[in-house]
Amino acid sequence: MFSLTGIHPMGIVGIALAGALILPAIGTTIGLLYRGFDRKLAAQMQGRVGPPIVQPFRDVGKLFLKENIVPSGAVTWLFNAAPVIALLSSATLLLYIPLFGQYPLLGEFGDLILILYLLIVPSLALVLGGFASSSPYATVGAQREMVVMMSYEFPLAVTIIALAWRIGNVTAANPFMLSTIFQNPIWNVVGPVGAVGAGILLLLLMFVTPGEAAKVPFDIAEAETEIAGGILIEYSGRNLALFYLADIIKAFVMSALIVALFIPYNLSPLFGIGQPIIAGLVDALFFLVKIFVVMFFSISLIRVGVARFKISQASAIYFITSTVIGVIGLVLLWIDMTIM
Amino acid sequence: MPKIRKVLDYYISIFGQLGEIFLEDATIKMRTKNVAILKPDDALKLMVCGPSVRASGIPKDVRQDQPYSAYADLEVKAITPDMLTGEVVGDVYDRIIVRVLEIKQSIEIIEQCIEMMPSGELLAIPKVDELLEALKKAEGEGVARAEAPRGEVIHYVRMIAGQDTLGTWKVRAPTYTNLQCVPVILKGAQIADGPIGYASLDPCLSCTSRAVVVDKETREKTILTNKELHEISVEKTRRLKGS
Repeated sequence: MFSLTGIHPMGIVGIALAGALILPAIGTTIGLLYRGFDRKLAAQMQGRVGPPIVQPFRDVGKLFLKENIVPSGAVTWLFNAAPVIALLSSATLLLYIPLFGQYPLLGEFGDLILILYLLIVPSLALVLGGFASSSPYATVGAQREMVVMMSYEFPLAVTIIALAWRIGNVTAANPFMLSTIFQNPIWNVVGPVGAVGAGILLLLLMFVTPGEAAKVPFDIAEAETEIAGGILIEYSGRNLALFYLADIIKAFVMSALIVALFIPYNLSPLFGIGQPIIAGLVDALFFLVKIFVVMFFSISLIRVGVARFKISQASAIYFITSTVIGVIGLVLLWIDMTIM
Repeated sequence: MPKIRKVLDYYISIFGQLGEIFLEDATIKMRTKNVAILKPDDALKLMVCGPSVRASGIPKDVRQDQPYSAYADLEVKAITPDMLTGEVVGDVYDRIIVRVLEIKQSIEIIEQCIEMMPSGELLAIPKVDELLEALKKAEGEGVARAEAPRGEVIHYVRMIAGQDTLGTWKVRAPTYTNLQCVPVILKGAQIADGPIGYASLDPCLSCTSRAVVVDKETREKTILTNKELHEISVEKTRRLKGS
């Protein structure tokens, strides 16, 4: 583990390069690979063969080669800026979330509250792009995405605050920093009652992930069959490729967040591996496995199992039902705290 | 015959799964219950036919009301949703019920046919030249109703002796009338209900109105445009009213 304020082998230039280029490249590559896994697994579960696993790479490459059309009635600067904003904010999230079992690159400078804020920006960019598209389909899609966003922020916030509050009771460090959560995983802190509460919150967060990542049953904003592509209808070529990449990285980031909050364990201390390089590799591989499991259960499995919700149903499920469940988890954690 | 049996067995085996997916899944129920409701009086007024009208509780089926070809020997009953749920709502879910039950009914009809098939010559004329000869001798006009997958289809054919091509052929396809109920069932619905309600009628858009005129000598085809069709129909109404 290296820390920015301590002595580290890379200089500031190295950090900048890693943050701006290497980390997004790694995030994109793994994200695209996992999207390929998701499509293949979803196809197999539906009795189809499915595309090859490298298909998302080809899709992105092809999109970059295609013509970038801007509709004549669109707000051009916003139309072109939205995908860039989406990708940049998704990539920025990679700097603050622990990846590969290591400390996040800018870990001291950003905590969970910042991550919550940053998670909103890609969806907001999508909404702005939709409104700037001068198409009624895109407008409907953008309105729906706004409503879904507002609805899932509530259970997301309840989960994160409940977790931070419970961990904050056992440690003096700032519980919103992911380093604190890494050192005090929730399962080590709570008793059986709290474990049930934390389990509920974990399931809740996995339920919010399809909404964040705009996947069925919550891909209401991009409902192909209903509003002909919704938000992204007027986007093509490079702009669409940027939105696609932003979406990929966001799904990866959400899974990494769930792993960081609920399963931050590393394998190398377990096996007593001392050598830093080998330990790093083992931790990285374990991280990839954890991400795969989280993505499979929260995105792929739900995607093939259910039909898409209507906007009224989705916002009710998130705003009311999920929040109530989150509060139950919070209450259980509180009971656990008073018992211990 | 063994090929038919194999295909039937395959469908019987997956029927359980199909029924379960379409009828039991919670999210499908959420999206289709009380969506795009077609009330029985509206259905009758708008002349809806096929599974859509049966889903509103009206037991109309040409195979039952006016059995044609072999249907007189078979037991075909119009399927309505109260056979499964006991009540009729006329929403998209009811239309799903009717269609799923009709799969089962079709399998049963085929099995009955296999059992009751009499031996003898095939009536169909397989050779094309023999068929064209038979058509050249045919003369007169005829009307027939049949139960197509989407409802009642009416064909009118007029044959002129001496030519193997048709004199006139008019098809009144079921979708032509089924589509009339779309404004009624989608009134006040959410956008998300639009495609579901519309698709639940199973519209075949190529079955709406078109007319082709084939020149006898040159075999040239002209398709009448929308404007021409409108003008012809207005002209005909005037003629019928005036006479």
